Order: sequence, then C-alpha cells, then structure tokens
Amino acid sequence: MRYNEKELQALSRQPAELAAELGMRGPKKGSVVKRRLVKLVVNFLFYFRTDEAEPVGALLLEHCRVTQEEPSGFSISFIEDPERKYYFECYSEEQCQEWMGALRRASYEFMRRSLIFYRNEIQKMTGKDPLEQFGISEEARFQLSGLKA
Amino acid sequence: MKLNERSLAFYATCDAPVDNAGFLYKKGGRHAVYHRRWFVLRGNMLFYFEDAASREPVGVIILEGCTVELVEATEEFTFAVRFAEARARTYVLAAESQAAMEGWVKALSRASFDYLRLVVRELEQQLAAMRAGGCPPPPRRPRALPPKENGCAVWSAEPPAASPGTSTGTSAGARSGPERPPLPPRRRASAPNGPLDSASFHQLHEWYGQEVRALRSQWLRSRDPMDRLLEF
Repeated sequence: MRYNEKELQALSRQPAELAAELGMRGPKKGSVVKRRLVKLVVNFLFYFRTDEAEPVGALLLEHCRVTQEEPSGFSISFIEDPERKYYFECYSEEQCQEWMGALRRASYEFMRRSLIFYRNEIQKMTGKDPLEQFGISEEARFQLSGLKA
Repeated sequence: MKLNERSLAFYATCDAPVDNAGFLYKKGGRHAVYHRRWFVLRGNMLFYFEDAASREPVGVIILEGCTVELVEATEEFTFAVRFAEARARTYVLAAESQAAMEGWVKALSRASFDYLRLVVRELEQQLAAMRAGGCPPPPRRPRALPPKENGCAVWSAEPPAASPGTSTGTSAGARSGPERPPLPPRRRASAPNGPLDSASFHQLHEWYGQEVRALRSQWLRSRDPMDRLLEF
C-alpha cells in the first residue's frame, strides 16, 4: 500500500502525547527485546532506534487491543489478527498503566465516540446542540449513526 | 519506515460508516495523467482504491498537518491536499461535480486528529463547567476561561460564531462584540498561526472556515461567465 512517507516522518517529529525508552519485541516468532524510543503522536505509535532521528516503524492504533503482560509490560494487537502481538516492557507498573491508558484513548475512533458522548450530554442538559455554534452539527463524522452498533 | 499495513487495510475496509466516499481523479506523481480512483475517507486517513469493489486500497494519504485548497487547472473541480512539511508530496485531486468538490474540501479540512481533539476538548470543558457551576455557560472561547473559575462566569451572551464571516476573532487578542468583561489576568492570547495546540478551538475553526469561504468566493469569481448562465 502506498502512503505519504515524508508526511509520516514529519508527524513522527511532532510533539508527542507520550514518549519513553521501552523494551520492544516484534510479533515474529523468535524476535528479541530491543531498546526503542517509543513515541505516541495522534493515532500513531512511532518507534525509533535510540540514536536515530527517523523512526524504524509506526503502528496505526485503530481497532487495536492493549493488554497487560507480565509484571510491568503490555502488548498491542489488532482486531484482524489478535494473536500477532507487539510487546513492550516498562520500567515500572506505574509507567505501564500510564502507557496502556494513553494507547487505549489514542485512536481516532475513540475520540469520535467521546465527542458524540459529550455532544449528547450537553444536549441533554441544555436542549441545544453544542456543535451548532461551530457550524459542524451536520458533519457526517459527528453523527450518532456513525457509531458501530 | 515499517507500517502495520494489514491493520491499515482493515481500517480502510471495515464495516463502520465512512466519513466520505466517492470517485475522484488523482493526478499521478510523476506524470500529468489523472487516474480515476475510488476514495474513502475514514478518520484522518484518505484511502484510495482501484475501484469501488476492490478489497484492498492502492494507497493512503495520511491527513495530519495538511491544508486543502482549490487550484487553477485545466481539469474542472480541482483541489489540492498540501502539507506543511516542505518535502511532502502535494496531492492534486479532481471531483466530478461542484457539489462533490465542495463536499470533499469540507470533509478533508476537518479530517485531522488535531481538529477532532480540539472539538472534544472544547466540549469537555463546556460539560465540566456546566457540571461544576450548575448552569450552562454561553458558548465562548475556551482560552478565556481559567480552569478554576466558577462555571457561571459572566461573559457576553452573544454566541461568537452566529455570523462567522464578520467575526474578527482570529487575530491574537482581538475581541468582537460589545460589552465584553475584562479578561482575567492569566489569559494568554494565541494566534492561529501559532502551534495548533495553543490556538483555541474557536479560533482554529474560524480560521479553517474563513479559508474555505475565501477560496470558494475566489473560485466563484474566476469561473467562466458563461457557466453562470447555466445556473437557475
């Protein structure tokens, strides 16, 4: 699949929601743990060799599952192949929880659901649609029907 | 750069409703030829397929840090997706009708994760203020309200975006409307061309909206006068 790599590289240089050096192990059988600089930017998780400016790779975080592993690690897997896991090792339980929370909230789809939730709550409390004032109440992406049943 | 392409393909083709879809002509990278492709917008990803029945996308355009503008071209209904990153490729696309083009320009300008995050934060703050203060505050820029203030702070009751074209809210520190109470001392004015992060949602929305309107009126002016005769 073609994609705009330069833009993705530029994105990897943007301010991160979270960034840390973690141990990382790929999904392939027999892969070993490597130290990587891991950086969460919008709905992408970038991972860099600790001394390089360009990322080794990126994971789009849509439809992913974040699971706790061992004492202070977690894994990311994707809905279309749940057995294929990317493993991460943190230095503490606290750091692990912080990352897991952030990754679970990092997807566009999660944001969209939050927006629809807040919109509904405000509408219930005030009788008014809070998106109307911004002229985006009709936008397809913010409709309740946009949520999977 | 490695990318989890299978997951990307899944996101492109999964069951959920899309944010926009339709045929567009895409100008080839190296040659001036336009290729007709089936485009699907979902979240901040613009996927394109060989045709509507294809099961895997040919490619994807990641829509962070981009602007969408109309372009002068021999092809009608043309617009471009341009990135702030200088070395990134500009995508030139053409729709099949005026309405389709406008729909795409609107949808794409609001597609970024950053934009969605701003909207969510704005609503989060409104809801929190309502719950804390016990009364719904009038709509206003989030930056004007220090986080600890009573949710019933007295601001102008005028909704700021009622007539977006006349608002001067995009310049740093400029205030529109009569009888604004004095700003609390901690407020920081933020400009729309500062980092996206520090512009208020309202400012950013105004900025995007103005750009689209300006481009549209530019397009209207530049059209062949004969075209107008065809309108009823």
